[in-house]
Amino acid sequence: MIVTNFFQGLRNSLFGKTPTQRRETRTAWLFLAPNLLGFMLFTVFAVGMAFWLSFQEWDLFNQSNPVGLANYIRLFTGDPDFMRALYNTVYFVIGVVPVGAVLSLILALLVNQKIKGVSLFRTALYVPVVTPTIAVGLIWVWLYNSDFGLINSFLSQLGFSQTPNWLTSSTWSKPAIVLTNIWQNAGYYMVIYLAALQNIPDQLYEAAKIDGATRWQQFSRITLPLLSPTTFLVFVMKTMGAFKIFEAAYIMTEGGPGGSTETIVYYIYKNGFEWFRMGYAAAIAWVLFAIIFLCTLFQFKIQKTWVYYE
Amino acid sequence: MRETLNMVGITKPAAQQELLNLRFANNKGKRIHNQFFWERALIYLMLILFSAAALVPLLWAVSSSLKTPEQIFLFPPRWIPNPIRWENYRMAWTMAPFGRFLLNTSFLTIVITLLQLATSCLAAYAFARLQFPGRDKLFLLYLGTMMIPGQVTIIPNFILMKFFGWVNSYKALIFPAVFNVFGTFLMRQYFLTLPYELEDAAKIDGCSRFQTFLRIILPLAKPAVAALTIFVFRNEWNSFLWPLIIINDTKRMPIQVGLAFFRGELHTEWEVLLAGANIALIPIILVFLACQKYFIKGVAVSGFGGR
Repeated sequence: MIVTNFFQGLRNSLFGKTPTQRRETRTAWLFLAPNLLGFMLFTVFAVGMAFWLSFQEWDLFNQSNPVGLANYIRLFTGDPDFMRALYNTVYFVIGVVPVGAVLSLILALLVNQKIKGVSLFRTALYVPVVTPTIAVGLIWVWLYNSDFGLINSFLSQLGFSQTPNWLTSSTWSKPAIVLTNIWQNAGYYMVIYLAALQNIPDQLYEAAKIDGATRWQQFSRITLPLLSPTTFLVFVMKTMGAFKIFEAAYIMTEGGPGGSTETIVYYIYKNGFEWFRMGYAAAIAWVLFAIIFLCTLFQFKIQKTWVYYE
Repeated sequence: MRETLNMVGITKPAAQQELLNLRFANNKGKRIHNQFFWERALIYLMLILFSAAALVPLLWAVSSSLKTPEQIFLFPPRWIPNPIRWENYRMAWTMAPFGRFLLNTSFLTIVITLLQLATSCLAAYAFARLQFPGRDKLFLLYLGTMMIPGQVTIIPNFILMKFFGWVNSYKALIFPAVFNVFGTFLMRQYFLTLPYELEDAAKIDGCSRFQTFLRIILPLAKPAVAALTIFVFRNEWNSFLWPLIIINDTKRMPIQVGLAFFRGELHTEWEVLLAGANIALIPIILVFLACQKYFIKGVAVSGFGGR
């Protein structure tokens, strides 16, 4: 009797109390099954395994060795290459995020004007977003070519006698990748800003005009505050994206010259799939996650001070 | 002025005032019009400059890929190649198996997009429209993993593929990609906004849950389905890191990996390498131009999870 009650209770809490509920639960699990199977294996299980791996030393071929915290300790105390990758990545984040956000806002303001042919410009500005980074990276290598590249020939026509060696100079390689990244992503955030701009009611501007507000006042007192939730979103998304820069560095510079463009993700790739240090690569990946997580958390914490919610 | 109006027979003060207002408005309008002209000119100028910055790299790549070796190193650079050398594309095509790469990518993109749409929509329907114990907890688990970057799971997934013996196979490219947390999330949010009345009516008419999903809910969710299709399609066409790790047989490489792999061979000549890059680039741009409405709407619908 008690046993039957127990099983009934279990059934009720797992599948629902009435037959109708139970039927719906069954249907729901059938709908979920294909997705859930992949999610459990390739995400939940994989995350657990990555956690386990980060405390191991394993080259894929021999037996794995538990090493405790050694991978993490080595990352922060005995690996100048990781520190360099961290520095490069932070450089990219700082270079890409604010400039990219401001540029996207300017583009959105421009394509939000009610003028003829504006949709044509929207299309043109969005084209770089759909381009694959590998193919486009090769094109930018050609543009940055120090002797015959379009950029340097443009600069020398402007009258610069000395032009940078871009991708072959460790001073200019990072700005070059930043520029390419901004070029490729500006249109995406432009569209996000545009959607937000179109949600601002016209009456606000009309009321401001009647009160005699100048264009700049309208922009700084109406547009910017009402866009601030979007700006927050753009900053969070761009930061997450910039921390994961890899393809551009892989195809344009192979992390060089002298490791000046090697990012954290690139370093994960090298450790995991060139040197087969699976445990170490997993540890770097967790550190990357922790950094992104803390940055996002920080952004959420300080949003109160500058984001305006109606 | 008022006298003139009186003379022509408009004697009502209100009507007179209206006409006067109109006159002033016209005067003011002219001044504003003038100001608008310069403002517009400035806006157009900036739009043209920014659009040029967006397009010049791509146009320059097309121009360079059609030049002869002598022309490509001309200074100052020339925009229109003369003679136009289509030969570069033929050379790129024979130096690397681009036909095969394009076929692989098309196959993978179509299969993965369809499967991912199917699994995302089905699961999203359960999360949005069905009641079952533990639903919200499970959905929270889905959301929680969205924060974790793919780089964390890429190493265990590689080991899994090795364990299954799938390294270097299409299976390794397809199966880990057929489910997508972001897609599930996007579709669930959209399904939540649809009215319940139609669904209830279908239930009364004796439709099963699956029929309701297929005939009622999915057709209503067309905008979200279109957005997700474009999103997945773009990601798959441009995907790089996972296939780079998992595929080293040139027969099974998708286009971006193939391009990077054959870079050395193609790079003996700049114009040939650029022709190769354009082969990997032009199809997705054409698809974008054909369905740009959906691409741009997709950003607004999805907002999150782009790049």
